[in-house]
Amino acid sequence: MKATGTVHKYGDNIDTDVIIPARCLNISDRGELASHCMEDIDAEFVKKVRPGDMIVGGWNFGCGSSREHAPMVIKENGVSCVIAKTFARIFYRNAINIGLPILECEQASDAIQNGDRVEVDFDTGVIRNLTREESYTAAPFPAFIKEIIDADGLLNSIRRRMGK
Amino acid sequence: MGMTMSQKILAKKAGLDSVAPGQLINADVDMVLGNDITTPVAIDEFEKYGFDSVYSKTGISIVLDHFVPNKDIKAAQLSKRCREFAGKYGIEHFFDVGRMGIEHALLPEQGIVAPGELIVGADSHTCTYGALGAFSTGFGSTDMAAAMATGKCWFKVPSAIRFNLTGKPGRWVSGKDVILHIIGIIGVDGALYKSMEFGGEGLGNLSMDDRLTIANMAIEAGAKNGIFEVDEVTLAYEKGRVDRPFEIYAPDPDAVYDAVYDIDLSAIRPTVSFPHLPENTRTIDEVGEVRIDQVVIGSCTNGRMSDLAAAAEILRGRRVADGVRCIVIPGTQQIYKEAMEAGYLSDFIEAGCAVSTPTCGPCLGGYMGILAEGERCVATTNRNFVGRMGHVKSEVYLASPAVAAASAVAGKIAGPDSL
Repeated sequence: MKATGTVHKYGDNIDTDVIIPARCLNISDRGELASHCMEDIDAEFVKKVRPGDMIVGGWNFGCGSSREHAPMVIKENGVSCVIAKTFARIFYRNAINIGLPILECEQASDAIQNGDRVEVDFDTGVIRNLTREESYTAAPFPAFIKEIIDADGLLNSIRRRMGK
Repeated sequence: MGMTMSQKILAKKAGLDSVAPGQLINADVDMVLGNDITTPVAIDEFEKYGFDSVYSKTGISIVLDHFVPNKDIKAAQLSKRCREFAGKYGIEHFFDVGRMGIEHALLPEQGIVAPGELIVGADSHTCTYGALGAFSTGFGSTDMAAAMATGKCWFKVPSAIRFNLTGKPGRWVSGKDVILHIIGIIGVDGALYKSMEFGGEGLGNLSMDDRLTIANMAIEAGAKNGIFEVDEVTLAYEKGRVDRPFEIYAPDPDAVYDAVYDIDLSAIRPTVSFPHLPENTRTIDEVGEVRIDQVVIGSCTNGRMSDLAAAAEILRGRRVADGVRCIVIPGTQQIYKEAMEAGYLSDFIEAGCAVSTPTCGPCLGGYMGILAEGERCVATTNRNFVGRMGHVKSEVYLASPAVAAASAVAGKIAGPDSL
């Protein structure tokens, strides 16, 4: 599976409060919730993001609360992949559980600039920067996690395992 | 190879003789927790994928605490969804307004979580129960749906950082100062994916409330869990709360750690985290002149009885400074009642504080104390991210109840000794 898109780049310690502020967590409608994604650090994000686009962060992306609303609104905005040096662990498992691909790659996080066009091959972990004609390699997912992503989320994979 | 406390609990719950860091396992959980923000999303997923039964009526806790008493219509809808789900499936540990408390103050108090258990919760501060010697960690709503349906959860086995505690904390130094001090050393991702394991000869000098505060903020160092060795303090705390048998785990003598820190509790000063990350710590001696508009004393981090006692001792017979709002939020109904009986609530009200029913409210910028542009708050809460308590140009300074109370009186960040 591959994805291609334009990169929206942010810094270190992007926390779940800026990905989706708690004042919005009373909203049940996912489309309405998604319209507030990143608004506290990048009010233009939801206007400029296009299906397939990618988010690139630095260290500890998604730190803070356990709110699954954070990867959910990123996915809802059509983002195909998040690349960071490291992810906070609850964000990491939430993203996998809802089928939002994420890759850890320090080199990619350093080299990719805002607005670059990037192609990601999730099977190999190869990240190609089409703008700069470079490529970087992230560790591909372990089989256990790949099964969840391939099933488009944890609950699908559990249903499959239960034979339902 | 020897195992850490966390690894031993995970191995047991996964039905394995041993586990190693990085290993992916499926384990049986003892308790699944959710709140009024995360549970509705879990219910959506639970129903969307056609599950129609829960693994256990007693092994699930749903606590309405973030936006209750309902702050608005949308929040009321979320609570209603939780209430109906709990009713439909006969969830025993369902806590609504009047019985509820802030989840991480409530579950230990009620004996719903115990040493040696594996607890998962759709709230990042679920790591709090590690104070009891349990393996306890936060996860998401889809995880919660899966765990409610199956009683199982997937884990990547964490490595660990060991903290050997020595000495005795000084006057006005509490668990909050200890954990802020540690986060100041290792940073907000210093324990990423890892366990923070606490033990050592100084452990006995930390009360259970101190330990709950420390374990609560393990997530603020990126940790998967914080966990304390079990001692007499733990057993005394559990007496009368937990009547089911529980297992006590200790790390193997040859357990392997990524790093070991010696923490001398007697050397720690009252500590404050400056905006906008918990790692931006300064001792009270280094804070300088920071005028404030609001103080919040409460939250899952510091809304327990000893926290209110420390604040009351400082506020008793004093006045909150002009121009400062001080909001005190007991963590649970039981704490509220005990604080009333101890006279603390009178102390707060006479000092000019607002006293609230239990709620997470202001900690996450939900309601009950939202900050305007440019305002500053000293809070006993756990996060000081951009916009955490309100306007994106507001500021949160994290501190202990003693420092927060002293700051309310001084009108600026201040230690109790300066009053």
